[in-house]
Amino acid sequence: MSDTSATSHVAPKTYRSSPLPDLKLFMWLFLASDCMFFGTLIGTYLVYRGRSLEGPFPIDVLDIPITTVSSFVLLMSSFLMVLALHALRSGNIPRFRLWTFGVAFFGAIFLGFQVFEFSTFVQEGLTLNQNLFGSTFFVLTGTHGIHVTIGVLMLLSILILSYVKPMTSKDSLFLEVTGLYWHFVDIVWIVIFTVIYLVEFA
Amino acid sequence: MTYGKQSTRSVSESTGLLIRPNWDRGILSWLTTVDHKRLGILYILTSTFFFLTASVEAFVMRLQLARPEQSLVSPDLYNQLFTMHGVTMVFLAIMPLGIGLANYFAPLMIGARDLAFPRLNAFGYWVYAFSGILLLSSFIFGGAPDVGWFAYAPLTSLSNNPGNGVDYFMVGLLISGVGTLVTAMNLIVTIVSMRAPGMTWFRMPAFVWMILITMFLIVFAFPPLTIALFQILMDRTFGTLFYDPAGGGMPILWQHLFWIFGHPEVYIIILPAFGVISEVIPTFSRKPLFGYAVIVLSGIFIGFLGFAVWSHHMFTTGLGPVVNAAFTLTTVVIGIPTGIKVFNWLATLWGGKIQFTTSMLFALAFLVTFTLGGITGIMLALPPFDAQAQDSYFVVAHFHYVMGGGALLAFFSGVYYWFPKMTGRLLNERVGKWVFALVVGGFHLVFFPQHFVGLLGMPRRVQSYEAGLGWEIYNQLSTAGTWVMSVGALIFLISIFQAFRNGKVAGNDPWDGRTLEWSTTSPPPYYNFVKDPVVTSLDSWWAKKYPESVHADVDHQAEAEANHQAEYGGAGVHIPGQSWFPFIAAIAIFFGGYAFIYDNWWLALLLLGILLVSCYAWALEGVGGKHINPESEGIA
Amino acid sequence: MIYALVRFRRRRGDDAIPTQTHGNPVLEITWTIIPIILVVLVAIPGVRTIFRTETIAKPTPDDVIINVIGHQWWWSFEYPELGILTANEIHIPEDRRIILNMTSADVLHSFWVPQIAGKRDLIPNQNNQLWFIAEEPGIYRSQCAELCLGPHAYMRGRVIVDTEDDFAAWVNKFQAVQKNNAPSNHGAATTSEIQWGQQLFGQKCAACHSVAGFTEGTTVGEAIYPNLTNFGLRTTIGAGILENNEDNLALWLRDPQAVKPGNRMPNLWSMSNPNREKEIAAVVAYLLSLGNEDPLSAHVSAR
Repeated sequence: MSDTSATSHVAPKTYRSSPLPDLKLFMWLFLASDCMFFGTLIGTYLVYRGRSLEGPFPIDVLDIPITTVSSFVLLMSSFLMVLALHALRSGNIPRFRLWTFGVAFFGAIFLGFQVFEFSTFVQEGLTLNQNLFGSTFFVLTGTHGIHVTIGVLMLLSILILSYVKPMTSKDSLFLEVTGLYWHFVDIVWIVIFTVIYLVEFA
Repeated sequence: MTYGKQSTRSVSESTGLLIRPNWDRGILSWLTTVDHKRLGILYILTSTFFFLTASVEAFVMRLQLARPEQSLVSPDLYNQLFTMHGVTMVFLAIMPLGIGLANYFAPLMIGARDLAFPRLNAFGYWVYAFSGILLLSSFIFGGAPDVGWFAYAPLTSLSNNPGNGVDYFMVGLLISGVGTLVTAMNLIVTIVSMRAPGMTWFRMPAFVWMILITMFLIVFAFPPLTIALFQILMDRTFGTLFYDPAGGGMPILWQHLFWIFGHPEVYIIILPAFGVISEVIPTFSRKPLFGYAVIVLSGIFIGFLGFAVWSHHMFTTGLGPVVNAAFTLTTVVIGIPTGIKVFNWLATLWGGKIQFTTSMLFALAFLVTFTLGGITGIMLALPPFDAQAQDSYFVVAHFHYVMGGGALLAFFSGVYYWFPKMTGRLLNERVGKWVFALVVGGFHLVFFPQHFVGLLGMPRRVQSYEAGLGWEIYNQLSTAGTWVMSVGALIFLISIFQAFRNGKVAGNDPWDGRTLEWSTTSPPPYYNFVKDPVVTSLDSWWAKKYPESVHADVDHQAEAEANHQAEYGGAGVHIPGQSWFPFIAAIAIFFGGYAFIYDNWWLALLLLGILLVSCYAWALEGVGGKHINPESEGIA
Repeated sequence: MIYALVRFRRRRGDDAIPTQTHGNPVLEITWTIIPIILVVLVAIPGVRTIFRTETIAKPTPDDVIINVIGHQWWWSFEYPELGILTANEIHIPEDRRIILNMTSADVLHSFWVPQIAGKRDLIPNQNNQLWFIAEEPGIYRSQCAELCLGPHAYMRGRVIVDTEDDFAAWVNKFQAVQKNNAPSNHGAATTSEIQWGQQLFGQKCAACHSVAGFTEGTTVGEAIYPNLTNFGLRTTIGAGILENNEDNLALWLRDPQAVKPGNRMPNLWSMSNPNREKEIAAVVAYLLSLGNEDPLSAHVSAR
């Protein structure tokens, strides 16, 4: 049936057996599978926790204050995401553009913190293949970072598209779906932060 | 494959940056197709091709094992053969065959005109096809993987397996997993959102229910596999320590992750088969499916419980008695809903008017064979017995009985059932009975003796065995059976060609069917149905034909149809546009796979760029397709 | 099913529609409850047996403890309390509990003696225990039951169940070697061929294989190649794949790769060596003399 696309298209009135838009249901399913992805990675981390044969160990390298800041930034970006969607739904395009840019910007700041953290760890001797902590930590947080990057790309794409094609409140589905993805990535980070960072210092 | 006439009123719409293709015929129309029927046929043809390659691998293995202490193939090549046989059969043949049948028939059975995301559907197919080519190509590019289809660590480490074979395995399955995952999500959205008016959940055909459950299983089961494959690739490429014993890694983690995927995988394979049986048996007994609601609920139960049994593949790994006992309990419990289904299928036969078409014969053979496999499964669920049978030919016999005798026979039944709908021709029934006899008889000849030789101590995955242990006769019988099955398969393939040449015309409804696909032409027009189907009961097509037999309310049906026409009639139907980008994106991933295997990072980056560009183009290329009005244009 | 198929088959020309029964709740409940009962009947003794056979055994003085390390493609067996290190074949006494503590030095393996016990996997970085009691003296075949690449099919072995006396004799022979830290043919006269064989063994084989029990530096954890102490007592060669006799041992030495493709033993005698056959015969004579009281008739057959 009709493909849903980012641009507006007058579709004929078609019967649907569910009120949920297709793209939204699809994103929920994708997030369900992504849950399993991260669950497996986090599970692997937990299985190998405390089993590294040599250092550096988590307490040697993890920096709670700095990571708290970056986590806060990511959390705030989710708030901006809510604002962006609300703005678009109300038809306030300039505001929508501002907040969307804000989410992407904050996401980029978070990524910047991650890069800084990774390079610091490497300097301190923690690499991918140094020990089990290195392997599991970098793969888990790296995968999360890739997810954030994809989210930032999606947001910037919507932003740029909004300048190329006129957008109205009817186009909010794609932004809403991106928002779902973004919130999910944020929640995953809360879990990662707790499991890797906070639990180590409990 | 020709379509009905194209509407002269239609114009290919392109409101985006790129013009979407619009070929009707020829190879380009197949490369850019998004039509679920064409993609379903592509899935079926491709999976048949991989069935053949896997069968050849098995044939050679059985030649090697026909006599003790032979060396037709070296141990190394033998290890590659059984690895590729397993990988091909599970990932490239039988699972995609179920997905192909689902792709073709789930939309028709719910009264829809395509899947929710047609281009994504095409992408899912092309990714699968290319991943299969990549996997198969390993034979000529330095050797296929030789680690068994479940690739236990640390066999797969770089130090134990320096060649590229294992990389082909990991990359090939990663790629094919992507395709499977997106197709599953696509089908779920379709079944949730695109059912015909009036088709409530419990008026949906059992086949569609089984597909829905299967697709949810895919969504939850494939990610752990994806991560495990990725971890091995990281170990091999970047030296991470996930499965490196020297670094503290635990090889048993691979087993857990693999089987957390692997056990649901076998339900992913068998549930569509259950679905086929649930359509074929009622049709050829001329009775509704007995206990429809129970069949659906037991399917859902099996879906959930299928995630709770994985360690029964690991009973001999020293998990300890508590863990083993727990998994014994979950495993025997999962036999209960399966058994209930079998009883319900038998009860469907009871009191019916049974027609012994080839399709029905295969379905009946399924009932017997699958049940035998289930019984050996209950035996294997007990660790004291499993301690002897695990990794022996007894297990090989068991899973071939449920997968081969189960899924394969059910899909044969499905093909004979639905071939007329897909092609408009009937397969020759007399030849079909020969195919049935040879395939089923040959199957039992191959696998029944294997139970015994396994209990006599013959381990699996051995390139040869000692003489004088009494294993010879069973191996000879087993090998002889492969010849019988091969003849049956050959005759089957020939009969397919014959049907296209001069098979009898099938008409819309050769079997006096019960479900909506039989209400349209054979093959269906590209828009599937002239009028939107409107449903007021289970087995809605049967209720339309024989309302008195099921006490259907004809007036209520007429009223429902009128209401629907009033609200939605005249709006016409949107036919999804074709597109290049699913194909291009899949090609980029395919070559990217090779780039990753050979550690060519610049090439991989370039292909990633191409992938990104095609994704953007896909998103922005506009709606395309055409708008038609099947009723008013008088298309048959 | 057969009854239903016969009774309810469609007769020719009969197009009447049968009664469209949709279901029967009583039937459904019945055929749910009965399988549940059957499952319970199966599960109870099953679970009991699991606990009986898989609970980790607490060793008693009567038990024989063997540490097993799996290698590609052979077995290392150490009897820690008796001070014995051997490979591929074990002797165990009848009617006593044998406790195997197993791990792997490389990839996964699985130890299986079908006629005596179920199998247990050998996993690197993990210790698995298998215990059993053998009641009937005899020679039993064992084999690896988990794919370990390459010649996995040729990783076999022997478990020889002895009477108490025979087992004690076997143990003594090993302990004698250990005490003297030297191989032994236990007092029998040696020929010059055997002496020459000993020399050649020292030149070509001793780098990898020990014939003097636990030698310095060859602890269980570091042993990489099969220990050949008292080799003349072995019933098979190459991990259970050939009967141990003159002809087969010569076959093996001539070309190990031809017998067991992919294994780690290189060909030690090149075709260009003019003394090839004589040297091989000497080493064969030497090896078969180890542990045997009568080195000239070292022919043992396996059941």
